[in-house]
Amino acid sequence: MIASDIVDHMADMSLNGANTVVEPFGLKMRIAGLNFYYGRSRALHNIDLGVRANHITALIGPSGCGKSTFIRTLNRMYELVRHTRVEGEVTLDETSIFAMDVSDLRQRVGMVFQKTNPFPKSIFENVAYGLRVKGHRKKSVLADAVEHSLKRASLWEEVEDKLHESALSLSGGQQQRLCIARALAVNPEVLLLDEPCSALDPISTAKIEALLVELKQSCTIVIVTHNMQQASRVSDYTGYFLLGELLEFDRTPTIFQNPSRKETEDYITGRFG
Amino acid sequence: MFGLTGFCAFMSVGILFFILGYLFWQGSTSLNWAFFTELPAPVGELGGGMANAIVGSGKLLLLATLFGVPAGFLAGVYLAEFGGTIFPIVVRYTTDLLNGVPSIVMGIFAYALVVQPTHHFSAFAGGLALGIMMIPISLRSTEEFLRAVPHNLREGAVALGASKSRTIFTVVVPAAMKGIVTGTMLDLARVAGETAPLLFTSFSNRFWSPGWNHPMASLPVMIFTYAIAPYPDWHRQAWAAGFVLVAAVLVVNTISRLILSRSGYLER
Repeated sequence: MIASDIVDHMADMSLNGANTVVEPFGLKMRIAGLNFYYGRSRALHNIDLGVRANHITALIGPSGCGKSTFIRTLNRMYELVRHTRVEGEVTLDETSIFAMDVSDLRQRVGMVFQKTNPFPKSIFENVAYGLRVKGHRKKSVLADAVEHSLKRASLWEEVEDKLHESALSLSGGQQQRLCIARALAVNPEVLLLDEPCSALDPISTAKIEALLVELKQSCTIVIVTHNMQQASRVSDYTGYFLLGELLEFDRTPTIFQNPSRKETEDYITGRFG
Repeated sequence: MFGLTGFCAFMSVGILFFILGYLFWQGSTSLNWAFFTELPAPVGELGGGMANAIVGSGKLLLLATLFGVPAGFLAGVYLAEFGGTIFPIVVRYTTDLLNGVPSIVMGIFAYALVVQPTHHFSAFAGGLALGIMMIPISLRSTEEFLRAVPHNLREGAVALGASKSRTIFTVVVPAAMKGIVTGTMLDLARVAGETAPLLFTSFSNRFWSPGWNHPMASLPVMIFTYAIAPYPDWHRQAWAAGFVLVAAVLVVNTISRLILSRSGYLER
């Protein structure tokens, strides 16, 4: 299947239910004809992709293939970098993200980064940050939301006694779950994760993977990962990026067991990358 | 060559400890309780103290901080967070030049700006002279410490929908606060001993200053006045004043670092 057909194909699936599995959810985000430029050099070539609601979409590919650049267009984080330009269309619930207020967009489409980045504040203030941005002031509202978010990120039991201690006192794995809790506090509809486990040990990684599978009940997840086992374990759909192109996109079992492109197979079987 | 370079290195350290040691020896023996509590004695009488100069120095430094630090801090934020390409280079080069301007010239500037139009010396003029001297270091240290804040902290805040200014003032500046405050303390310590710009701005006063708009005593000017006076008792008081000034600078520096290191908001 070539990449440009995928959006149509997935739209068909959701409309007709013609596929083998009945999909109750439509597309949360659609990306069509997306090109991305750093100055004059083109980093993404004509990406077409549909992100299915309440599913986990994994993006894999070798370093420098554009998967991180791609995920950063979905919440317009690329705008922090000078001399970048986007062509094409990205929609969230059928509304162009480029027409939205950027602050609203980023509250609806949350992001967790590769390197853990808790603010040098207390655990409580870290989680409450996005709510304060939204304008919430009331202590009771903040406290409830902080507790709820920490529970969703399965961190509550570990930190409930030290909410007002510095977030930097937590371990690496706890810090990453704190960053997830921080992103969840504003109830995002989509959660983007840019290699969230690459700096974590296997136990912390397992915790975060279990968490993601649980979270897809309530939000749509896009995860960039270097770890192919991780993609195959947690995701429902997988896209393979190479040199700024989305070479293949399909259901995860198909990508891992029966890829249609030779390049994908080479990458997955470890002959390349 | 080893011997010569080593000797010079030893000398550089030795001179500092010689000065500190001599100051401690002369100063501490001349120091008594009256120095902190009494006004200067009239000429010809023994004893007295410099209570007014100690308070005056504190007030002048407060004024200097109010004048210099907000300007230097905000300009530093501008350079680190908003600067374009050419203007920041101009600003940096200019502030480096400003930093190199002899302190007496700063005094003349404040004299022309405040003392001449108002026709009298004032604490306000002295504070302004010291405040301008504080701007370059405040600016550069703010800029450096803000730049040292990891980029991914900014990304974390922006990804939660925070605007650029909200990100700067709720995440980046707090993360750099330890460095910025330490930089300000060092800056204060540097101008605390400045004498030349105060000689013809805040001037001096042998009594309690009636207000910010009047001449005000300060330790450095008192040291100058007392050290060149022909009375041995005044010389002893000058030593005591020098000792108190150096000790105050050291104590302020140490305390501010201690408080910050225990605040829990460690730099990353």
